[in-house]
Amino acid sequence: MTAAATPATSPANAGERSGVRLARSRRNAELSLLLLAMALVAAYGAMVEANVLDTVTPTFWVPAAALTAVFLGMHLVIRFLAPFADPALLPAVALLNGLGVGFLHRLDLARSAPEERVDMATFAGTGGRQLAWTLISVILAAGLLALMRDHRSISRYAYTLGLAGIVLVMLPAVLPASISEINGAKLWVRIGSFSIQPGEFAKLALLVFFAYYLVRKREVLSLASHRFLGIDFPRGRDLGPVLVVWVISLLVLIFEKDLGTSLLYFGMFVATVYIATERVSWLLIGLVLFFGGAYLAYVLGEAVGGPFANFYVRAEIWLDPFAEPYDSGYQLVQGLLALGTGGMFGAGPGGGQPLLLPEVQNDFIFAGLGEEIGLFGLSALLVIYLLIVERGLRAAIAVRDSFGKLLAGGLAFTLALQVFVIVGGISGLIPLTGQTTPFLSAGGSSLMANWLLVAVLLRVSDAGRRPVTGVGGKVNRPSGGPPEQLHGAPTEVIKP
Amino acid sequence: MNAPLRRVGVVVIVLFGMLFANLNWIQAYKADEYRTSDYNGRVQVAEYERRRGNIEAGGTALAVSKETDGELRFLRTYPGGAKYAHVLGYKPVNLADTGIERSENDFLAGTSDQLIANRIKDMFTGDRTAGGNVLLTLSRRAQDVAYDQMRTNNRGVSKGAAIAIDPKTGAVQALVSMPSFDPNPLASHSTSEASKAYNELEQDPQRPLRNRALAEVLPPGSTFKMVVAAAALENGIGKDTNIPAGPSYTPPTSGEAITNAVPSICPQSEVTLMRAVTDSCNTGFAKLGVQLGPDVIKEKARQFGFEQEDLTVGRLGEGGQPVAASRTGDMQNPDGGADPAALAQSSIGQRDVRMSPLEGAMIAAAVANQGSQMRPYLVRQLLGPDRTTVYDPAQPRELRRSVSREVAADLRDMMVSVVENGTGRNSRINGYTVGGKTGTAQSAPDRPDHGWFIGFAIDSNGEPVSAVCVLLEEAGSGGSAEAARISGQIMRAVIADRGGR
Repeated sequence: MTAAATPATSPANAGERSGVRLARSRRNAELSLLLLAMALVAAYGAMVEANVLDTVTPTFWVPAAALTAVFLGMHLVIRFLAPFADPALLPAVALLNGLGVGFLHRLDLARSAPEERVDMATFAGTGGRQLAWTLISVILAAGLLALMRDHRSISRYAYTLGLAGIVLVMLPAVLPASISEINGAKLWVRIGSFSIQPGEFAKLALLVFFAYYLVRKREVLSLASHRFLGIDFPRGRDLGPVLVVWVISLLVLIFEKDLGTSLLYFGMFVATVYIATERVSWLLIGLVLFFGGAYLAYVLGEAVGGPFANFYVRAEIWLDPFAEPYDSGYQLVQGLLALGTGGMFGAGPGGGQPLLLPEVQNDFIFAGLGEEIGLFGLSALLVIYLLIVERGLRAAIAVRDSFGKLLAGGLAFTLALQVFVIVGGISGLIPLTGQTTPFLSAGGSSLMANWLLVAVLLRVSDAGRRPVTGVGGKVNRPSGGPPEQLHGAPTEVIKP
Repeated sequence: MNAPLRRVGVVVIVLFGMLFANLNWIQAYKADEYRTSDYNGRVQVAEYERRRGNIEAGGTALAVSKETDGELRFLRTYPGGAKYAHVLGYKPVNLADTGIERSENDFLAGTSDQLIANRIKDMFTGDRTAGGNVLLTLSRRAQDVAYDQMRTNNRGVSKGAAIAIDPKTGAVQALVSMPSFDPNPLASHSTSEASKAYNELEQDPQRPLRNRALAEVLPPGSTFKMVVAAAALENGIGKDTNIPAGPSYTPPTSGEAITNAVPSICPQSEVTLMRAVTDSCNTGFAKLGVQLGPDVIKEKARQFGFEQEDLTVGRLGEGGQPVAASRTGDMQNPDGGADPAALAQSSIGQRDVRMSPLEGAMIAAAVANQGSQMRPYLVRQLLGPDRTTVYDPAQPRELRRSVSREVAADLRDMMVSVVENGTGRNSRINGYTVGGKTGTAQSAPDRPDHGWFIGFAIDSNGEPVSAVCVLLEEAGSGGSAEAARISGQIMRAVIADRGGR
C-alpha cells in the first residue's frame, strides 16, 4: 500500500478537521489500486485473446471497462458511505472478480465454434453472465453499505437471521432431488433455468447469529469448570450450542452430501467461539469433534454405506486419486494433471486446455487457472486472498465493539477456510469437497454472498479506522462507547 | 479479544502456507510426472494439433492424417486397410501404438531431434507444420499379391505369413501376416469405439494382432536342411558327395525311427547331397546331422541368424519392430554329450528348432547374395515436412557373412535343383533362376502340418532380385507346395514392379 494518499478531506468528514489526529481515509490509494487491478484484468483479457484467437480484437477492453465502471461506482459509494474503510479490500476483491470473469470468458471462447469467437457479445456465455452477476452483486453490496450505517444494527436481527440461516441450510435437504440436486450434491434450489445455492447466504446469516449469541454468552462459555491435562474444559451443559451446530453440520454432510459446507460452518463456529472466549480448550474440543465425526463417517461409509458412502468414496479418492483415474478419481486426477502441466510459469492465459477439466467453471477453476498462470500466478492469487483475510482480521482488531470483532473476525476466517477447503481439495491436500472459489467461480449466489461479506468487512473496517475524537459527534458514534450488548445481556447465573 | 484474533491470523497464514507448499509440490516437483502422465489428455490434444506425417510406399500414402472438426484436430486413417496393418501398425488415441507408427513416432509427430529446425521455424511463424514423412521399402505390387494370394490360398489356410526381402540390400519388399485387421477403427477418436474394436481383436483366437512374419517362431521342417547342408559343405562334403540315406533311420539311443515323406524318396543306402536336398531326404539329413554333431549345426545356424535376440526391422541400424529369435534348441544329453535322437530330429527341422518367417527369408537371401546376409529394414528414407529435405536415406549394411561364396554357390545350385527337379516346382518364373526349399513341419500330434517355402529369384545377369519365405500354418499335406506357388507369385510381382529388370 505504497500509493500516495492524501489526508481525508471529504465533505462527510468535515467535522474531523478539529480531531485529535489527522485521519487518513486513503480513498485515493483505493482508487489507484483499483485502476491498477482493472489494467491487469484488461491485460489478461488481451493475452487470452492473443492465445485463443491468435489476434487481439478491437473490443478486448469492453469487459474490463464494464467492470471498471461497476467498481468505480462502488468506490464512490465507499467514498461517501464508508470513507475510512480499508482501501485494499475493494481493489483486491475487484482483481479476483475481474480475473474470474476473464477466465470464464476464456472458457466461452474455447467452447464456441471458431467463427463465433471473434464477435461474442459482452454479456454472452458464462463470462457475460458472471459480468452481469458482478453488477448485481456490487449494487447489493452498495445497498447493504447504505442500509447498514452501523454494523451493530444488524445484531437486532440476529435471531431472525439465525433461524433464516438454518432454514436456508436445510432447505435443499428437504426439497425433492429434482429441484435441489446437481451433480450428486443437494445444495441447490432450482426454479426453471435459474438456480441459487441458499447455503452461500446461510453462511452470512449464521455468522451474524453466532457473533451475537457468543457476545452475550462469552462470559459463561469462558468459565472453566474442569481442568484436565492442563487445559480448562467448559462444563457439559455449556457445550450444548457447539454440539447442536456440530450435529447440524453433520446432518448437512449426510443429507446434502457436502462435507465442504459442514466443515465451513463448523470451522466458522469453532473459530468464533475461540475468539469470543479466548480459550484454547474450545479449539481442541472442536477439532476432536470434527475429526471424530469425519473419521466416524469414513468408517460408517465403509461399513454400512448409505448416506455415508459418498464421504467414504471421497476419502478413498483423496488417499489415492490414481487408483481409478478414469472413474471416481477422474476429476481430481485431471485437476492435478492440469496444475502439473501448468508448472512454474503456466501455459499463458488462454494457452491451456481447461475444458479437459470437469467443472472447471466452478470447483476446479483454480486448477484451470493454474494450468495457464502457473505456480507463480496461483501464488499471487493466494497472496491476494491472504491480503483480504488479513485485512478483515485487522478490521476486527481495530474495531472497538465485541460484536464487530466477532463478526469481522468470523467472516475473514470463513473466507480463508473456504479458500483452504477448495484449493486444498483440488490440489489433493485434503479430501475434495464441492465449494466455490470465492469471487472466481461462476455462480450468482456465491458472488453475491461474498460481495455482501465484503460490504460487512468494509463497514466494520470503516468503524475501526475512524478516528476517535472524543467529541461524540454523529460521525464517531459507531465506534464510540462500550459494547452495550454485554451490559444488557441476560447472562446466566452460574452457581458454583 | 485481540489476542485470539491475531492467533487466528497466524492460523490463516499457516493454512495458506500449506496450500502454497502443496502447490509447489505439484507444480514444481511433480510437474514433469503429471505433464507426461498417460492420463493427461493435454499431451494427446497437443499431439493431434500437428498434422502427423504420412507413411508411404511406392509413391502412395498408406497412413495419412485428415483434419476434423473435433477436439482432436487430426484423424489418422489407413487407406490400405488390413493389407498394410502389420507393417504400419496403428496410432490409437488411448492405446499403445505399434509398428512403424510406434518406431517412427517422433519423426511422424514432428518431435524428433532431426526436425528441430522446423520447430524453430514454427516458433517464429506461429504455424504448426506437419510432422515428417516416412517412406517404406515395400513394393506395393508385391504387397498386393502377397496379401491377396495369402488370403485366397488354395489350402484355405487362415493363419500364416509371407515376407520378401531384397537379398542385395535387405530391404523388405512385402510383409503380410494372416489373418490381418483393419487399423482404422483402432485410430478412432471415440475411445470407446477404439477400445471395443481392440478388445474384439485381442480376444480373437486367431490372434490377428500378432505379426506372424516377425514374431512367430515355428518348427521350420525341411527348410532347415539348407543350414545342415551348408555345415556339411564346409566340412568336406561336396554337393555330389554321396551321403548315407535309406528308407528309415533309427538314431543310436532312441527307438523312434525317422522315415522319408514317401517311400519313393531316397530308398537307396546312399544319395548325393544334391539329390538329398532336391528330394528332401529325411534319413540322409538325419544321419548327416548326427555325423556333424550339435556344435557344428548350431554354429552354422547362428551364422545364418539363429539365436539373434536383438534384431529389429524398421530404420536401418536403430529401432523398429523386434524380431523373435529363431532357435535351434537343445541337442545334448543332460550329461553334455550329443543326443543323437535330438540331433537327428533337429537336423530335419523338428524337435526344438524354431524359425521365424523373416529368418527363413534371410537364409534364402544369404544364399542368393553369395553368402552375405544383409540387415533387413523397412524404412527407405525419412522426408521432412516440406517433402524436400531427406533424412537418413538407408545405407544397406551387411549383417553377417553366413557362408563363403563357394558354399553359397553350391547351396544355390541345390536350391535351384529343388525348384527345377524337386518339391519346389510351383515357384518357377520364366526368364529367372529360381531356387528354393520346401518344408513340412509337424506342429502337434493331432494338428495338420505347417507348410513352408523359402526361396529366391536371380535374374539373367546373375543378380538376386528377391528372397521370400511363406508360411502356411496347419496347412496339411500340400501346404509347402502351395507356399512355393505363393512365393513364386510374390517374386514375380517384385520383378514386375521393378519393370522386369
